[in-house]
Amino acid sequence: MHARTITAVAILGVSLVACGNTGTSGTAASGSPASGGEGRGPITFASGKFEADGIAKIIEAWNAKNPNEKVNVVLLPESADEQRRKLMQNAQTKSDAFDLILTDVVWTAEFAANRWVDELTGVDVSPFLPPTVEAASYRGKLYAMPMFTGTGLFYYRNDLVKEPPKTWAEMKEICDRVLPKQKGMACYSGQHDKYEGLTVNFSEAINSAGGQFLDDSGQPQLTTDAAKAGASFLADGFKSGMIPKEAITYKEEEGRVAFQENKLLFYRNWAYMYEAANKKDGSSKVAGKVGVAPIPGLSGIGAGTLGGNNVALSSFSTKKQTAKDFLAFLTSAEQTKAFALVQSAPLARAALYDDPELIKLYPYLPALKEAILAAKPRPSAVKYGDVTAAIQEAAYSILSGAKPADQGLTELQTTLSGLLK
Amino acid sequence: MTQPTRTGARSGRVARSAVKEQNLLALGMVSPTLVVLALVVFYPLVAAIRESFYTSGGLDADGFIVEGEVFTGFANYAGVIGDRFLNATLNTTLFTVVTVSLEIVLGTAMALVMHRAFRGRALLRASILIPWAVPTAVSGLMWKWIFQADGVANTLLGTDILWTADGVWAKLAVVIADVWKTSPFVGLLVLAGLQIIPAEVHEAARVDGATAAQRFWRITLPLVKPAMLVAVLFRLMDALRVFDLPYVLIGPRKESVETLSGLIWDEATRVNYGPASAYGTALFVYIALIAFVFVKLLGADLLSDVRARKKGGA
Repeated sequence: MHARTITAVAILGVSLVACGNTGTSGTAASGSPASGGEGRGPITFASGKFEADGIAKIIEAWNAKNPNEKVNVVLLPESADEQRRKLMQNAQTKSDAFDLILTDVVWTAEFAANRWVDELTGVDVSPFLPPTVEAASYRGKLYAMPMFTGTGLFYYRNDLVKEPPKTWAEMKEICDRVLPKQKGMACYSGQHDKYEGLTVNFSEAINSAGGQFLDDSGQPQLTTDAAKAGASFLADGFKSGMIPKEAITYKEEEGRVAFQENKLLFYRNWAYMYEAANKKDGSSKVAGKVGVAPIPGLSGIGAGTLGGNNVALSSFSTKKQTAKDFLAFLTSAEQTKAFALVQSAPLARAALYDDPELIKLYPYLPALKEAILAAKPRPSAVKYGDVTAAIQEAAYSILSGAKPADQGLTELQTTLSGLLK
Repeated sequence: MTQPTRTGARSGRVARSAVKEQNLLALGMVSPTLVVLALVVFYPLVAAIRESFYTSGGLDADGFIVEGEVFTGFANYAGVIGDRFLNATLNTTLFTVVTVSLEIVLGTAMALVMHRAFRGRALLRASILIPWAVPTAVSGLMWKWIFQADGVANTLLGTDILWTADGVWAKLAVVIADVWKTSPFVGLLVLAGLQIIPAEVHEAARVDGATAAQRFWRITLPLVKPAMLVAVLFRLMDALRVFDLPYVLIGPRKESVETLSGLIWDEATRVNYGPASAYGTALFVYIALIAFVFVKLLGADLLSDVRARKKGGA
C-alpha cells in the first residue's frame, strides 16, 4: 500500500509540474506608476532584426559623437508576438534593461495605458506623415516617435499587365483576359491565414469598398452595405477561385514565394517585398517583371491598413535624458535618410518620399506615399489582443465559407462594440 | 535488508527515540528536495489558483490601467463551461487517445525490431531515435513545410489538401507529426522492458512448441507490460498538455486543433491572466484526475514489480 501511495504522489507531482508549465502566469504589475529617472549615460535600444543594418549605421554615428552616452542595441525576436511578449515581461518586472523600445503601431494604446512608456512632450511632429503620428498617439497624446511606417501595396506582373487595375472589377477583367494563357497562375491573393495579417487584409477590404471598418469616433461600422461588399470580395474570391484556395494558409512569405514562382498575377504585400521579388540572384523567377501600385478598391483606389513601428521611451529607464536626445537623433531628417540609403524600410518622415535620390533607389516611393496617406489605422484598443482575435475569428469563418458574410459581420459588430466601448 | 535485532537490555523508550531521531534525520535529508518542490511546484500552483479568482485591467477616466486586482470569485471560471473550453477539452482528449494508442502500437513494433540481433542493429536503433532527438518546435516547422499547400505531402499523394488550414486535415496532420516524433520514445521504454526478459523463458516456450504469435501474446507482452504502462503514463501526461506542435504546425486559435494549453497560452498572451489561470487550474484538475484514475485502475500492474521485489528481497 505504501509503495502505491508513493507512486500516486509521484504521478501527482508530474501532473503538477505539467500544469506549472502552462497554467501559471505572472501576477499583474503593481506599485507606483512613475519610476525610472532623468539620468545620462550609456543606454540600450531594443530594436528589431529586420531594421538592424540601418539602425546600426545611425548608432555608429551617434556613438562617435557621444562616447560617454553610447547606445547599445539588443535585437528583439523576429515575430511581432514574441517581441511584444518580451517587452511586456520586461515592463511587468519594471526592468530598466531597455531605455528605448521599438513598438508596433497597434501596441501604442496598450503600452501607454499600462504606463510602460512615457508620454513625449515638446516634439514637433509636423515633418512626419499624419497617419503615422496618429498611430503613435493614445487619446491625443504622443507616446512614441514615428519611425517606420507602411501599408499594403499592390504588386503586379508588369510583363503581363500594362496598366495596373484601380478597381476590383478591372482586376477580374484583366485576370479573365491574361490567365487562360498562363498555366498554373491564379489571379489575386493577400494574407489570409488566421493571424494579424488577416486583420490587416480584412479591414483593408472593407475600407477599400468604401466602408468604414471604424468610424471617426473609433466605433466599428460593419453592418453597412459597403462592409458587406468588402467582405464578399474576399469570400466570393475564394469561392470563385479568383483567390487560390491555398491562400487561406498564406502569410506574407508563403504568398511572396507563390508570386515569385509565377503562381499569382496580383499580390498584396508590404513594401519590403519589392527588393526580394526583384533579386537577380535566381531566387525570384519574376525579377524585373514586378510592378507596384496602390491597392485597388470597389470603385477606385482602395484604402490600405497602416502598419509600422515606432520608438518609445520606457517608463523604467533611468537615463531618460540621453534616451530622449538619442530618440531625436534617430528620427532626424539626416539620420532617417542615412537609414533609407542603407536599406529599404518605409520611414515616417514625409520629405523622404519626395527625395529624388531615394526615388531613384526605390521607385515605389510615390505609390507608397499615396497609399500611406490614404491608409486607415487598425482599431486603437488597450486590449488590442482581444480585438484582433475577434476580427480574425470572424474573418476566417467568412473567408473559409463557414459563415455567410452578413452573419459574420453582424456578430463581429456586436463583439467589437463591446470591446471598443 | 533485515533490521538488526535489538538486545533485550535496551528499553522500549530508547528504541522509540532512536526511531524518532532517524525520522528527523530522514526529514532533514529530504528537506532540500521539499524546499525546491515547494518553490517550483507548489508556489506557482497556489499563485495560479489565487490568480484565477482575481481580475485586473480596468481603465480609469484618463485611459490608464487601474493598478491592482479585484477579487471576482468564480467569474473567471465562467469560460470553463463555454464552447471554446469544451472544444479544447475534446481536442486535447481526442489527440491524447489517438496519439497514445498509435504510439504504443508503433513503439512496441519498433522495440521488437530494435531488440533483434542482426547486422547494423546499432545503426537502426540510432536512426529510429532521431525523431525523438529533434526538438518539437523544429519538427513542427519541418512538418509544416511538408504539409504546406505545395509541399511534399501533397506532391507524393497527388492531392491538393490544405493540411495547415483549420479543419479535419489539420487534426490528422498534428497526429501524424506527433506519432512520428514520439513513437521512438515509447519504443525506447518498451525496449528497456524487453531487455530484462530472460532469454530462457522464450527458449523454454520454443522447446514446448509455442508459435511465434503465442510467444508474443503469452510471454513477451505480459512481461513487458509494466514498462509499457510507464510509457503510457508518461505519454498521457505529455499529450494532455500538448502545446507546441499544434501551435507551430497549424497556428494558434485554430478551432480544430486548439488544445487546453493552447487556449491558456492565448488568454495569457492577451493579458487575461484571470481566465488563463482559471483554465490552467481546470486543466490541472483534469490531468490529476486522469493520473489518479490511471493509477487506481492499472496501479496494481505498475507496482506489482515493486511489491514482488520487496517480498522476495527480505
